[in-house]
Amino acid sequence: MTAAVATPPVAVRGPAFGSTLTGTGRLLRFMLRRDRLRLLIWPLGIALLYAGSLGEYVILGDDPEAMAVRAALMTTPAMIAMAGPGYGVDNYTAGAAAANELILWILLTLAVMSILQVVRHTRAEEESSRSELMRAGAVGRQAPSVAALLQVLIANVIVATVSGLVLVAYEFDAAESFTMTFSIALGALVFGAIALVAAQAMEHGRGATGASLAVLGAAYAIRTIGDIQEEHGSALSWLSPIAWVQQTRVFVDMRWWPLGLCAVAILLLIALATVLGSRRDFGAGLVAVRGGRADAAPTLTGPLALVFTQQRMGLMWTALGLGLMWFATGSVVEAVPEMAESVADNPVYAAILGQSEDLVRTFLGVFGLYVGLGSAAFAVAMTLRAKGEEESGRTELALAKPVGRARWLASGLFWAAFGTVVVQVSGVLTLWAGAISSGVEEPGFLDYLELALAYLPALAVMVGLAAALYAWVPKATGIAWVLFGYMFVVGLFADLFDLPDWARGISPFWWVGDPMLEGVEASHMWGLSGVAALLFLLAFMGFRRRDLPSV
Amino acid sequence: MTATPAIEIHDLYKSFGSVQALAGLDLAVQPGEIRGFLGPNGAGKSTAIRVLLGLLRADSGSARLFGGDVWRDAVELHKRITYVPGDVSLWPNLTGGECIDYLARLSGRTDKARLRARKAELLERFELDPHKKARTYSKGNRQKVALVAAFLTDAELYVLDEPTSGLDPLMEAVFTEYIREARSVGRSVLLSSHILSEVEKVCDTVTIIRNGTDVESGTLDELRHLTRTSVTAVVGADPSSVERLPGVHDLVTTPADGATRVTFDADNAEIGAVLSAVTALDVHSFTATPPSLEDLFMRHYGDVLDSSDAAAGAASAADGSPAASRKAGAR
Repeated sequence: MTAAVATPPVAVRGPAFGSTLTGTGRLLRFMLRRDRLRLLIWPLGIALLYAGSLGEYVILGDDPEAMAVRAALMTTPAMIAMAGPGYGVDNYTAGAAAANELILWILLTLAVMSILQVVRHTRAEEESSRSELMRAGAVGRQAPSVAALLQVLIANVIVATVSGLVLVAYEFDAAESFTMTFSIALGALVFGAIALVAAQAMEHGRGATGASLAVLGAAYAIRTIGDIQEEHGSALSWLSPIAWVQQTRVFVDMRWWPLGLCAVAILLLIALATVLGSRRDFGAGLVAVRGGRADAAPTLTGPLALVFTQQRMGLMWTALGLGLMWFATGSVVEAVPEMAESVADNPVYAAILGQSEDLVRTFLGVFGLYVGLGSAAFAVAMTLRAKGEEESGRTELALAKPVGRARWLASGLFWAAFGTVVVQVSGVLTLWAGAISSGVEEPGFLDYLELALAYLPALAVMVGLAAALYAWVPKATGIAWVLFGYMFVVGLFADLFDLPDWARGISPFWWVGDPMLEGVEASHMWGLSGVAALLFLLAFMGFRRRDLPSV
Repeated sequence: MTATPAIEIHDLYKSFGSVQALAGLDLAVQPGEIRGFLGPNGAGKSTAIRVLLGLLRADSGSARLFGGDVWRDAVELHKRITYVPGDVSLWPNLTGGECIDYLARLSGRTDKARLRARKAELLERFELDPHKKARTYSKGNRQKVALVAAFLTDAELYVLDEPTSGLDPLMEAVFTEYIREARSVGRSVLLSSHILSEVEKVCDTVTIIRNGTDVESGTLDELRHLTRTSVTAVVGADPSSVERLPGVHDLVTTPADGATRVTFDADNAEIGAVLSAVTALDVHSFTATPPSLEDLFMRHYGDVLDSSDAAAGAASAADGSPAASRKAGAR
């Protein structure tokens, strides 16, 4: 492709073949350079995800009884929804368990990555008019699309290779391992190609991302319904690209042909995107954008009302998405005692689940922590929206009006805190609803409520910290995310790494303890609330005195 | 003038790390005055405006709006001003119409019926479709949203930071019209711009900023007085007497059909004496071109184009006539 650039212009004879691709190589190099950090973080993250889960399957592999329980669990509708069609349950192996339980989540993650990357380099770029500059140069019409797709291909190949090596390192069969990781990559590319089509059809990056994610959601729903209808999937399942990857039956009875469906789909989608792309004008979409209201609603009176309009969709989808997940989780609580019985004499399991008698409560405590972590991520993300507002210049527009800085900051923080409470409480309550739906009446509603509320002071600390960082050192707001990552590690692996108490204490969640088993320590709640109050105070003090925008 | 100035900046300093954005800026806008604030990108215009809006805290010096402290009394003062930035960023999920209403409501305007009529008029004049989501607007349309919102609010002082960037000439004309309307009802305007013709069209007074300090300030007439008029004349007599006059520069003579074509620049302060000298020369034809704002501007920035040599700054400061309102070269 670079050769095409170097070639001197040929005598006029109509557009040469490949002229629409001119500059693809350069664009690709530029994209890779621009995204070098992302392209490092994604594979590392996925590899860690594998490494974090695989140990469990290896342990399971040595324990036939536990394995049998796990296999039985795999046939329940909840697990089919949360995992896959459940191959190999008759003679369950560590590999089969890993394939059943991991493929879906890793595929979903990589599909999201592929969608975001494709839209980022095609429609979003076109919208920002940056690519107008580029297209005016010696760059062909299709070059950005092809380069974006190649970039996603490269990213997926790197992820597949790295995670395949991780599987092999855990002594899984190499051929099966790489088939699994590369078929996931192929599945993710289908969604990358879908995003490429969406990028042609929609006029805006957000629309293209939204449409692609909607297709991904539909693919998930179709597969789930199909797989629940019939063991190992009904005809409906086969409409979903997610199913094509899962139907390779890796680690059980490997077959390659479903991957052919992925390949065909990718080629067809690319062809469709090419046809659509060559017919439309630069910057235009195929789907007309709906007109909105010409006058603001009477309720849009100030920053508080405005922030609500900006955050409500994010809040709704987060609460809904996480809620569904927690509901499904709650509905498998029923199987926990059975599972516990079978692993009672397994010392490794005992170490993971602790010494407690009540395994249901232990299990719920762990999931309470997951809910809390989800809420913490939401808290940080929503609080830091203020930074995006400032960087875009909209804060300046509002503050040039008779709007005080404290009022402006408080508006953002109020909705971030409100949303966090909603996500947290609804998360735990859907966990409860799931448990009730599968007939687990104990622990009762109030125990769940206590679990939900126990995390609120620690979550307030997260909002406060993000706000204080934003107010004093906006460049360092990443620290809030670092703490979030650290909380994740402390919450799940503190015992594994044998962390000292002071190191655990850095995580606000450590002070929450395990409300399901031990109740809450009032002094800890007061302490966390005090820290949160202090951080809020700091945030308001800092924001009143600093330059804006922070340059 | 006895009235409190709308804007009063004195000896203002502001630095960002090692970059000195403002270095002793003086600027005043009297009630009812339309002041142009000229300088290229990076001269410190936006920094000065952000200090005025209470967004940036000055290192030293004073900045006042209607006599109030721009930092401490920001909220109170902002009830009386309206601001249009040079690169408007809007709330992407709101439509243009919603953004306009929101901005107007933040200003605390409540006269609904009048607002609605005024909004409809402004939307029509600026040819803006208010139904579109802000994220779909082009740069020019985002600019229009901010302008409509600004002219809707009927403020005492308009602070405009390159408000017409991205607008086409027709829309610029509409903008000019509304500025004139604001002037006719006694509003004050600070119009930051690098578009000289725009400033020349609407402004009474001009301040030119360079490297964070005002290098020239006054009414357009005063400033013109400080510069030179270009003269071209065809004369029958020998023009060498003119060349010796004070205030005559760059005189060139060329033969023209038996007469002599003479071109030169004359200091406006000396133009009377020069004119009487020229009339004594048997004039066949005569043209004099007054200095444009561009000439004024180029006198302070010409060296940037002529040479990247830093020493050139001193050279431009050294030539030209002395003036009270004029500071020594930037350094």
